[in-house]
Amino acid sequence: MSDTHAQSVAFVRRSEIPPAPPPARETGAVKWVRENLFSGAFNSIMTIVGLLIVFYLLSGLIPWILNGTWEGSDIRDCREILGNSGGGCFAVLAERWPQLLFGFQYPDYLRWRPTLAFVLLAVALPPALFAMYLPRWTLAATALYPFAAYWLIWGGTILAPVVAALGILAGYLVFKAIEKRGFVTALAAGAATAFIVWWIGGLIVGEFPRMLSIEPVPSRQMGGFMLNLILGVICVSLSIPLGIVLALGRQSRLPIVKGFCVVFIEFVRGVPLITLLFVANVVLAYFLPPDANFDLIIRVIIMITMFASAYIAEVIRGGLAALPKGQYEAADSLGLDYPQAMRLIILPQALKISIPGIVNVAVGLFKDTTLVSVISMFDLVGMIRGPILSSTDWVGVYWELWAFACLLFFVVCYGISQYSQWLERQLTTDHR
Amino acid sequence: MAALDTNPQGMTVSDEVAIEIKNMNKWFGSFHVLRDIDLTVQRGERIVICGPSGSGKSTLIRCINALEEHQQGSIVVDGTPLSSDLKNIDKIRSEVGMCFQHFNLFPHLTILENCTLAPIWVRKTPKREAEETAMYFLEKVRIPEQADKYPGQLSGGQQQRVAIARSLCMRPRVMLFDEPTSALDPEMIKEVLDTMIQLAEEGMTMLCVTHEMGFARQVANRVIFMDAGQIVEQNEPEAFFNNPQNDRTKLFLSQILGH
Repeated sequence: MSDTHAQSVAFVRRSEIPPAPPPARETGAVKWVRENLFSGAFNSIMTIVGLLIVFYLLSGLIPWILNGTWEGSDIRDCREILGNSGGGCFAVLAERWPQLLFGFQYPDYLRWRPTLAFVLLAVALPPALFAMYLPRWTLAATALYPFAAYWLIWGGTILAPVVAALGILAGYLVFKAIEKRGFVTALAAGAATAFIVWWIGGLIVGEFPRMLSIEPVPSRQMGGFMLNLILGVICVSLSIPLGIVLALGRQSRLPIVKGFCVVFIEFVRGVPLITLLFVANVVLAYFLPPDANFDLIIRVIIMITMFASAYIAEVIRGGLAALPKGQYEAADSLGLDYPQAMRLIILPQALKISIPGIVNVAVGLFKDTTLVSVISMFDLVGMIRGPILSSTDWVGVYWELWAFACLLFFVVCYGISQYSQWLERQLTTDHR
Repeated sequence: MAALDTNPQGMTVSDEVAIEIKNMNKWFGSFHVLRDIDLTVQRGERIVICGPSGSGKSTLIRCINALEEHQQGSIVVDGTPLSSDLKNIDKIRSEVGMCFQHFNLFPHLTILENCTLAPIWVRKTPKREAEETAMYFLEKVRIPEQADKYPGQLSGGQQQRVAIARSLCMRPRVMLFDEPTSALDPEMIKEVLDTMIQLAEEGMTMLCVTHEMGFARQVANRVIFMDAGQIVEQNEPEAFFNNPQNDRTKLFLSQILGH
């Protein structure tokens, strides 16, 4: 750099400075430890205190797990086997395992059916979750799954889910056929077609209630973690589309649509979920004709879906507001109509921004499905609180059971969270 | 086809009317932003609109494709009157291309998808054909090699050229430019202006809001000066720059050409 003398103003660079690698950082474990753990008196104290806390926790937890027993038929057996070793009485999990998963009323010789349904979920989910890496036809598995799962879990005639699927298929085909004539027309025609198919199908199912029938299991007999999963999966997948509609409705220029959406969102967000569940359980019966057999699970699904969709609508509204106005203007200036602009330009971007918020709601909703235990449905929490802990065999085995419940929920929720982070990375296109 | 006359640059203007604005008024709340605008644009005309900021020039061209709503007067684009009828608005928007100051490319779509989206969904063009058209116009703005990238990977000048190509893929009859070079680094302004000059030479009807006076001199056949929501002066570029009549115009020109 000797050519930059300040003796004159004029300066002309004759040779380019080649790019050089950055100065090598000193490396090594010792240096890392000193910099990150013991960089000063305060840091050193915090490190030691932290290590002590970790040690204290592990010193309780590890013997509890390692010395625990998986054998024994009640708590007295456990006490005998364990003595003073401080181990956990995991025998309760081994003995009540099917009840924790399926509830105590689901016929035990039919448990293979929900088990199969959840194994199939592993086939049905990947096409939707990893759509960008799998061929499109695999989505057929996802589309068929809800009907297959319904039939497996609830049983009854196969005609019911087949009719439901045919209605949706017919509606979809009609929608696709006239989609180019306008989104709203096509949507209305599709919905009408679906309802006609369902209505005719309903008559047929009424005529042949025993055709190709497997043993039906009423909703009252669902329970355990299965019930949480059923409610969680159905409510999350229903509340996202509903939330999108509500968020768009809230932005609408039509005052009635906007007013309805605002009132719905504000009302539903303003009441506790538990009161909605009580309404589903007791109060709704007053409004329905006395002979109407309106399934309790469906009532609960409606309430939880309403609740979650109000929250999701607000999350998506945030995403819509975060988009620059220029995106709306560019879509308009190209001649796209409202449904096209929303579907192709606005929502893909707004939803991407909203992913963390939507996942937040979805995880919260999944855990909130345990609230159904207070309206005497025996989900995982209901099972533990009720039939298991109040039985004379296992009274007082709190730690093991609640830790197991935590573990089940944690595994699912952590999975959802990891997936959403992966998805966000996949959808990044700004490369900043 | 109507009679053609040839202007000094050798570009053709017909006497067919592309845009006719009569007695147009617009308010933002109680602020009278456009006052009694009368403007007729012939097919093939290239008009540069300039004026101080806040004079309503952007609002004027945004009214032409109904991004802003006007409250009084009439706008007729290519024989279609601009009313509150959504069908007419969508028709006009598909005939009128627009380039924005901040490009407004769709960041979640590739360059090629940005260009094919409107032809496929609005014009119902088959995908293959739309892609061929898109590549044709991307070559025209000299960035076909970027087709599979995302807008975020391109420089500002490249993004603006893609935005121009995206509009051209709809085969518009009129192009509106809303300060297309104002957000660009000096080094990139030229590449965008070159593209616009090329477009002008092919006879595109253009309305440009811009402060690039060199561009105005070179391609415009009319320069319009606006102030306080009114058209203050309009003339051919030579006369406009060399012999402005209104005091406000003289002041404006002395300020922007003063250096």
